[in-house]
Amino acid sequence: MAAVMPQLAPPPAASRLLLSGNEAVARAVWESGVRVAAAYPGTPATEIIESLARYPDLHAEWSVNEKVSMEVALGASMTGARAFCAMKHVGLNVASDCLMTMTITGAYGGLVIAVADDVGLSSSQNEQDSRYWGRFAHLPVLEPADSQEAYEMTKFAFGFSEQYETPVLLRLTTRICHVKGLVAVGAREAHEPPGFVKNPERWVMVPAHARTRIPNLYQRDETLRAVSEASPLNILEAGTDRTVGFVASGPAYMHVKEAFPNAPVLKLGFSYPWPPQKVRELAALCDKLVVVEETEQLLETEIKAAGIACHGKDVLPKMGELSPQVLGPAVDRLLGRPVPPPPPAAAPMKVFPRPPTLCASCPHMGIYYTLAQIKNIIVTGDIGCYTLGAGHPWNALDTTICMGATMGVALGIDKGRGEVDRNKRIIAVIGDSTFMHMGMQGLLNITYNKGNVTVLLLDNNTTGMTGGQATPASGKDIHGQDAPRVDLAKVVEALGVANERIKVVDPYELPILFKTIRDEIKVDAPSVIIARRPCVLIEDFKPFRPYLVEEDKCTGCGNCIEVGCPAIHVTRREKVIKPSGREVELAFVNIDNQACTGCGLCVQPCAPDAIQHVPRRDIPIHIVKT
Amino acid sequence: MSQNDITNILVCGIGGQGVMTATEILAEAAIAEGHDVKKTEVAGMAQRGGVVTSHLRFGRKVLSPQIEPGTVQVLLGFEGAEALRWSHYLKPDGLALVNNAKLVPPVVELGLFDYPEDPTGQMRAAGRRVVSFDAMSIARDLGEVRLGNTVMLGAIADYLPFSSEVLLACIVKRFARKGEQVVDANRRAFAAGREAVAKQLGAAPSENATA
Repeated sequence: MAAVMPQLAPPPAASRLLLSGNEAVARAVWESGVRVAAAYPGTPATEIIESLARYPDLHAEWSVNEKVSMEVALGASMTGARAFCAMKHVGLNVASDCLMTMTITGAYGGLVIAVADDVGLSSSQNEQDSRYWGRFAHLPVLEPADSQEAYEMTKFAFGFSEQYETPVLLRLTTRICHVKGLVAVGAREAHEPPGFVKNPERWVMVPAHARTRIPNLYQRDETLRAVSEASPLNILEAGTDRTVGFVASGPAYMHVKEAFPNAPVLKLGFSYPWPPQKVRELAALCDKLVVVEETEQLLETEIKAAGIACHGKDVLPKMGELSPQVLGPAVDRLLGRPVPPPPPAAAPMKVFPRPPTLCASCPHMGIYYTLAQIKNIIVTGDIGCYTLGAGHPWNALDTTICMGATMGVALGIDKGRGEVDRNKRIIAVIGDSTFMHMGMQGLLNITYNKGNVTVLLLDNNTTGMTGGQATPASGKDIHGQDAPRVDLAKVVEALGVANERIKVVDPYELPILFKTIRDEIKVDAPSVIIARRPCVLIEDFKPFRPYLVEEDKCTGCGNCIEVGCPAIHVTRREKVIKPSGREVELAFVNIDNQACTGCGLCVQPCAPDAIQHVPRRDIPIHIVKT
Repeated sequence: MSQNDITNILVCGIGGQGVMTATEILAEAAIAEGHDVKKTEVAGMAQRGGVVTSHLRFGRKVLSPQIEPGTVQVLLGFEGAEALRWSHYLKPDGLALVNNAKLVPPVVELGLFDYPEDPTGQMRAAGRRVVSFDAMSIARDLGEVRLGNTVMLGAIADYLPFSSEVLLACIVKRFARKGEQVVDANRRAFAAGREAVAKQLGAAPSENATA
């Protein structure tokens, strides 16, 4: 896990800092006097709480999932404390149960929810538009367009939340979270919570109470619409070229300004409820109106429903990121202008794909190398680095849906299968952090419903994919300080798995791992195999002596390549005819000893013993830890 | 406002090579020169050996953070095939500075795809201005492979719209707390990177060269 994070004195007020959107939000949260900030890691939002944890005078935490993080923030808000939670787009799906009722109770202390959409799916299983939640939950939505705005809008959001007793959604996207820009920062203001006040009509959401409060939501919508009309966050720029006017928010605004510097633009920073009067003013200024939105056709539909003619997704892409070079030709097409062909030099060259790989010594390689050898299995997967097991060379995962889904999907396959799948064995793979996030309930459901599933619980002592955040099973908190360490084997047993069906194995020990999986899938009962080895990206991982290939011994069989380690390289290929007449291609290899950290996985399938330790004197200096 | 005064620099490579840190230092230098700066990357899986590109834009006022194909003044490539992959981002008269490293991914080792035989040659054949050099050998000759990234920064130092001294000062600042020896090693690496490019472009490093 991460090393102990020093809490440094934050840079002083009035500094101009190069901050990512995530860092800018964190700074603003701290300055706003927030007492509680919670999140579960998720790209592209992870760094918000990670940076917040380095600020003094607030409680920052990794919660076990997004729903819990939102509940923690809500509880803090009930005391009048300012509170914050952050999540990626799919995290808000998890938290939505809380969100949809929290909107009825409203906030007491300022309550801001940052939700980051992974537009373009850089590291997510889907692409979602979180602006919908504003409509669904009757909540105001703020959309910054760069780091400075992310900072300013976050600060604005807390006071606003208190003024209107509403949680505020701060909608970010990858190009806000992961763009660095200059931000002028201020000082922290103290905000002492006025205290929890018993008020069951407000905080106890039974039907009788909720019923009396729901009209408030509609009233709030109306109030906020008027606020939005007058808000300085919604700016109408008149422009000089009135051919086409644009409505845009977030990063799309920057693309519009770059592509059409002289066009009229309504920039929506307070994007829901949106201001109809301002849109009408813009429409009156220009011949044609184009709504520029990333992903969904949301504002466009609403603007049309308000009786204002506009364009949008008829000319713009419905998924992925926009850019000035996308907008220019789209508007040309709309106006019936000839679309200039892209310059020939701008055509991309053909180059092999380079998908993400598992790291050298990654314990997941042992798992997938083994699963790839076992026939007649269906393997359900989950969200994390180990999703990469679906790729080459293992091709060892059959499903991935959402956090924790491996359990439910595996049970469903077990219960739903017909005769044709009767002899297959079902294996559910899940990581330790995902297990604690949303997998435990699924396992309980398997044991309760007598499912026949073998669970591979990959315990690498961290949340790997997002960069190595602590979990309740790593025994550290967000600051790297000691925390109670949950015993996963005991949890699994408490969830109903028989003690003799719980095995703990080392994923580097291939023969034992193979035998354990083979044994457990034969048993007609739920079993859990905990494969335990630290992620190579965290401090717990200690590199071993690297290996090399003794070239005269390598027979070119290529078995080691099937492990999938990025440190193994082919030096030459050779076609030979076997005595059977079959032509095979041999691949002779070497090992990059700068990259090898000596896990020994490739050594085990090497029949001629060609893979040997590097002599001690030749070990690269950077590997020797002091 | 005009976007003509914007400098676009694309740094590309593979997760773990130091692409993002190098771009961060370039950004600091641009800030020190008084520019507005935006820097962005797609790095969701950057630590997993995948493709990493870092976009750096600076000028009077930067709007969109993403660089468009065909608009890059300088492409700093940490790996040959990656430089080739992103070479269409260069302006017709743009300059590619490419480290000769060849990092072959498992999909190629498995025989599913081919690694291009001569990535920088292919770029030159397509009419690109390319300077290639071996940053790691240069660093190794200086006694420490980890200096490779400073060699890369030295390589780009004379092709920025400000003095190489500004960039060097940012590097020195980064390593200052590691002591004079480390700072000196980085100064030498920086100078070696400048020299490696200047040798090929036939221009001597400008007179403000120290080191």
